[in-house]
Amino acid sequence: MNKNQSAADPKTMTHPQDTTQNSRAIKIETMQRERLSTRIEDEKIALEVDNLNLFYSAKQALKGINLQIPENKVTAFIGPSGCGKSTLLRCFNRMNDLIEDCRVDGQIRLGDKNIFDRDVDVALLRRRVGMVFQKPNPFPKSIYENVAYGLRLAGGPQKRRDLDETVEWALKGAALWDEVKDRLDDSALGLSGGQQQRLIIARAIAVHPEVILLDEPCSALDPISTLKVEELINELKRDYTIVMVTHNMQQAARVSDYTAFMYVGDLVEYGNTDKIFTSPSKKQTEDYITGRYG
Amino acid sequence: MNNSGYQTHISSQFNAELEDVRQRVLTMGGLVEQQLLDGMRALIELDVGLARSVIRNDDKVDFLEVTIDEECSRILARRQPTASDLRLVYAVIKTITDLERIGDESHKIAQMAKRLAREEKLEKSLREINSLSRLVAQMVRDVLDAFARMDAGAALEVVRRDQGIDDEYEALVRQCITYMMEEPRTISRVMNLIWCIRALERIGDHAKNIGEYIIYFVKGKDVRHIPIDEVEREVLGRNPDQSAE
Repeated sequence: MNKNQSAADPKTMTHPQDTTQNSRAIKIETMQRERLSTRIEDEKIALEVDNLNLFYSAKQALKGINLQIPENKVTAFIGPSGCGKSTLLRCFNRMNDLIEDCRVDGQIRLGDKNIFDRDVDVALLRRRVGMVFQKPNPFPKSIYENVAYGLRLAGGPQKRRDLDETVEWALKGAALWDEVKDRLDDSALGLSGGQQQRLIIARAIAVHPEVILLDEPCSALDPISTLKVEELINELKRDYTIVMVTHNMQQAARVSDYTAFMYVGDLVEYGNTDKIFTSPSKKQTEDYITGRYG
Repeated sequence: MNNSGYQTHISSQFNAELEDVRQRVLTMGGLVEQQLLDGMRALIELDVGLARSVIRNDDKVDFLEVTIDEECSRILARRQPTASDLRLVYAVIKTITDLERIGDESHKIAQMAKRLAREEKLEKSLREINSLSRLVAQMVRDVLDAFARMDAGAALEVVRRDQGIDDEYEALVRQCITYMMEEPRTISRVMNLIWCIRALERIGDHAKNIGEYIIYFVKGKDVRHIPIDEVEREVLGRNPDQSAE
């Protein structure tokens, strides 16, 4: 083929020269709009933390936290060990109730309701706010049962066919279906760590929660499984609000829309992840994310 | 279309970000190329209106440079790209600097066009500068095509052509000097032309630089400031003597 011809072909597809002045101008305008990157003020809020204090006996683990978790976004908590990020995460579905001597004041509102109110059904709350832990913790049952068990418990579909459908839907949602569809009756313990973690996520989404809490979801996984789970998180945020805790700052940078940096019980800085990782406003944040202390 | 493999990450978000940044560079390239063509037309036809529009549009070029830079720093901060991804982001950052400079040179040409329009026409030299501008515009177009396809061979072709532009530039300058010696009253006007010729030569250099960044991205080799035959060895992976056969 003549060289000029071969150069001309892709040009018609990709070369913006041929686009009219007008359409190019529109594109540049879009960029102008995009540049005003998203701020929490413009988001719909799923969870609102209002002056939250938490004590383990006499020790204060969270100090007057105020924070808004936007809907259908990924919010990540980062900070050194013991900064209170997991404690804060566990507040969202009242997992701290299980810890003796743990005392909370302040509010967390899910919708209009304070989740610490006396009349809140904690089991129902935990269905609305699901949780996935650091180490995958499948039941010693079949892959199918791992997802179906929670569903039955939650009063979900009882008929086998409806149950089958929901299990399939959840496994697909967790990007696991293709890998396990031919061995649903095998033990879940035979899956790899990354698959187990995605199974747990399937179990969590099967009951249609509004919020999914992830506590170090990838710390027990290899880098490729980690990327798969991260990709899954990115897909899940379309339907759910995701809040995660991670030790891995790079992971927070990769997957989250908003990042909160915590330090010994204080919320030091909270904002758009782009901002936090390119020009944080607090020196403490800068020092932590650049590896100068922590 | 894509021979660089940057669309194959597990993270679809990362793929989208890289594609987006690449598209923005192409948009910027298209705009810059149009600026060059319009600037030259304004000069040849002494069209003040067109010259003004080129001067106005320079803001858009600057805006694109800033947004693409922002996007790249965001990718660096959030993705910590490595290997070919890192080279892509790096090549983009370097490329848009040169594109912005091409925009600046076109802006200069437009300003000269405005100035020359107020004076008596210089028929003869304009025709020759027109042929240089066509060569340079072709070089810019080809390097943008090479960028769109991430084609190191096409980029090498552009890098090679820079020498021809330099030769043409020197010949034109010599011609202008002769012209000025013959008719000293044209000196100020011809000086303005020389600035335009100089601007075109610089645009050739910038296009060559972009070609080198493309080669860097594709081959992973920095080919700046080395003789052209070595560049050819790096790109073609063989002795340049053989390629002549």
